[in-house]
Amino acid sequence: MNLTLNIWRQANANAKGAMHRYSLEGVSEDMSFLEMLDVLNEQLNAKGEEPVAFDSDCREGICGMCGLMINGQAHGPEVTTTCQLHMRSFKDGDEITVEPWRADPFPVVKDLVVDRSAFDRMIQNGGFISANTGSAPDAHAAPVEKKLADLAFDVATCIGCGACVAACPNGSASLFLGAKITHLGSLPQGQPERDTRVVSMVGQHDAEGFGGCTNIGECASACPKEIPLDVISRLNKDLRTAMAQGY
Amino acid sequence: MGTPDPSGMIPTNQPSVQKSDDAAGFYTLGAPIIDETAPTGPINTRWQRRKFENRLVNPANRRKLDVIIVGTGLAGGAAAATLGEAGYNVKSFCYQDSPRRAHSIAAQGGINAAKNYKEDGDSVERLFYDTVKGGDYRSRESNVYRLAEVSTNIIDQCVAQGVPFAREYGGLLDNRSFGGVQVSRTFYARGQTGQQLLIGAYQAMERQVAAGTVTQYTRHEMLEVIIADGRARGIVTRDMVTGAVETHLADVVVLASGGYGNVYFLSTNAMGSNVTAAWRAHRKGAYMANPCYTQIHPTCIPVTGDHQSKLTLMSESLRNDGRIWVPKRAEDCGKPANEIAEEDRDYYLERIYPSFGNLVPRDIASRQAKNMCDEGRGVGPQVKEVQPDGTEVLMRRGVYLDFADAIARMGRDAVETKYGNLFDMYARITGEDPYETPMRIYPAVHYVMGGLWVDYHLQTNITGLFCSGEANFSDHGANRLGASALMQGLADGYFVLPNTIREYLADGPFEKIDESHPAVVEAKAEVEERIAKFLSIQGERSADSFHKQLGQIMWEYCGMERTEEGLTKAIGLIRDLKAEFWTNLKVLGTADSLNQSLEKAGRTIDFIELGELMCIDALNRRESCGGHFRGESQTEDGEALRHDDEFAYVAAWEFGGENANPVLHKEDLIYTAIEMKQRSYK
Repeated sequence: MNLTLNIWRQANANAKGAMHRYSLEGVSEDMSFLEMLDVLNEQLNAKGEEPVAFDSDCREGICGMCGLMINGQAHGPEVTTTCQLHMRSFKDGDEITVEPWRADPFPVVKDLVVDRSAFDRMIQNGGFISANTGSAPDAHAAPVEKKLADLAFDVATCIGCGACVAACPNGSASLFLGAKITHLGSLPQGQPERDTRVVSMVGQHDAEGFGGCTNIGECASACPKEIPLDVISRLNKDLRTAMAQGY
Repeated sequence: MGTPDPSGMIPTNQPSVQKSDDAAGFYTLGAPIIDETAPTGPINTRWQRRKFENRLVNPANRRKLDVIIVGTGLAGGAAAATLGEAGYNVKSFCYQDSPRRAHSIAAQGGINAAKNYKEDGDSVERLFYDTVKGGDYRSRESNVYRLAEVSTNIIDQCVAQGVPFAREYGGLLDNRSFGGVQVSRTFYARGQTGQQLLIGAYQAMERQVAAGTVTQYTRHEMLEVIIADGRARGIVTRDMVTGAVETHLADVVVLASGGYGNVYFLSTNAMGSNVTAAWRAHRKGAYMANPCYTQIHPTCIPVTGDHQSKLTLMSESLRNDGRIWVPKRAEDCGKPANEIAEEDRDYYLERIYPSFGNLVPRDIASRQAKNMCDEGRGVGPQVKEVQPDGTEVLMRRGVYLDFADAIARMGRDAVETKYGNLFDMYARITGEDPYETPMRIYPAVHYVMGGLWVDYHLQTNITGLFCSGEANFSDHGANRLGASALMQGLADGYFVLPNTIREYLADGPFEKIDESHPAVVEAKAEVEERIAKFLSIQGERSADSFHKQLGQIMWEYCGMERTEEGLTKAIGLIRDLKAEFWTNLKVLGTADSLNQSLEKAGRTIDFIELGELMCIDALNRRESCGGHFRGESQTEDGEALRHDDEFAYVAAWEFGGENANPVLHKEDLIYTAIEMKQRSYK
């Protein structure tokens, strides 16, 4: 198939960016979206034009490194990561707009690459269970109800890609945050730090400049791992409880 | 069999004596080496005694000791967290935008541990035995025993961190059997065990970032190791955003930079996975051990065209219920599967290996799939293959993995419950419905057992340079068992390295060096010159195109089956490719900005040099063991044939200089706790 691509080009964080138009021929429906961009880049390089910078690593939907706004949708039209989106979701003659994640706390580094270090700083502020190496009791010392273990796993599948933030009209990272609060707060091991964790992580979320949740739900529909919106309710409940106790 | 060693242990084998010399002219024979830190005595006491004997570092001194760790996967992330908790001053580096993205995250199946929670006869001894045997008797028994021993601590540690392992209704941990072993010792978190373990290590490390003991440098690529006065004292990095070439100095350097499977261009590794950290260390004197030991996984999704950028693995549990076949006649290969009658199908694994059938080990299943396709009986779309001589051929590279019988026997719902997520993944990537038409699979490079040579303390032959996880060679011999990669990464990171590095650091802090030290100046200048060179060639070809061509050479001649003729040819082709790289590379953009083409150029040339060494190692090792199959060394039935009398040694290669022969140092593998046996799966 033949495509027209409108791609955001921006030389660096301080430069002014603009959309550039490229036409690409002979795209196979078996290509992933990123392989399609690889082909474009190979052609740009041959013509003497600098290739489009974009992030990707595992290309199997688990590392969370890739993420593009494709025709205004985070990760494009399917519920999956950009690397797992295949060109059979498009048709001959399509015009496709490709932009980086748009959110103040995710500044553009170059072209389609953004800086998501705000997520690391949120984890640094309590997104863990304090258990020094070697201090652990036997793994069977404390059984965990299967229902809770399954819930913890379901929300721990978050890959930290940032699609939730990119999709949110208010630039909130509440889904990312809620997933971590729910993961650690569902497990018995996570209880001792449950109150301090939520207060600290929410504080960092706000300090990074992420917006508040306005219950739109775009985050959950854009999430490639289908983290449910419920985690934000859980986040709010835990925060309210902790604050009521004076944390 | 042999005479007792000083501790009274009796060897079960004699040192090997190599008679063949296939790689003559391509290498220089160096002096044999021994692991001077190797422990002695009864095998089950070795690690405990060593932990006691290794010196301690006074807690007040730890904050004065700087530790550099390159890589944030299971081995690097776990070590950064643990050493940070202990109070050392850790600097952690990764090329990704966050430590959480390291490729350990992609491991699916699970992690082995000798917990014996199922009371099915498992034990540290049995895990040790299975791992040495699975590695085809090409690993060190002391290292493997230690790995089995600490495996149980890993599970405890991960559970305490909140890793959500699968559990039974009673709330206790679930286990499954994996990779053909007869006990259930694999702990798992659905099909995302690697992700959950990595997030656990990452969170533990971020906790130390908050505590101020770990400083993390993301989007930083290590491009050189700094060796001053005989010790590794730091690294040179490039800030991938600003292009700044920086030096970082420390008392000790740890490389936990992962495997080099991407030397084949197409593999199940991440796009950025590379050998550069290990290879730069190799060029500075660190031995590279057993580089030809490569694991090729049989159940991956086939290549669809020359646009292919990576391959995706599907859990080999699929072989428990799927039947593998190809058409009996080549002329049927273009037909849809359902138009090929039952009697015209060749269930070749069931035919050749009646007792193991579709469950033969990874290396055998992989090699037979290649044989079928080479015979012209592959299935799926015809894909253009560029031969190394430049000619193009159309080949079908796939075999069927058919669930029709399983669906008839178990019902579609049962198959969906068991394999639904894998079927979904397959459907998404291929656009085909595996419930209706058989899956197509083909082998892909998945893991490398080779890596930097390390001693029992995980220290390379360069003083102060340690190496852990997939980047080192130490624990898997010639073949790694399923669910053992995660075990090794976390064993090294949480429990082994922190207990061995202290023996080295007890002599520190070492005399401070600064940016003006000649070794620092020189290493930094080397990096800057190289970057300038890449940008100045201004030829016609992208780094990717060289990388792809290297991958084709490696896959054809140093892949599932290696021969003297093919390897010799490959070495010539790689040398030509290397010469062309330095004259015809095209890298646009600048050095002082984010420049992904420039990053690829540096990684590609290191892969090219590694590829040549892999071929020389494979050429020298005229035996078949684990993931290394030499056409000249097989039984009458076409099975792998080991030569313990000639090759029961670790091949540790020393860099011989630019365009000079590498130097081979042999380390004999002597067993006292186990006896070598030939594998059989008929």
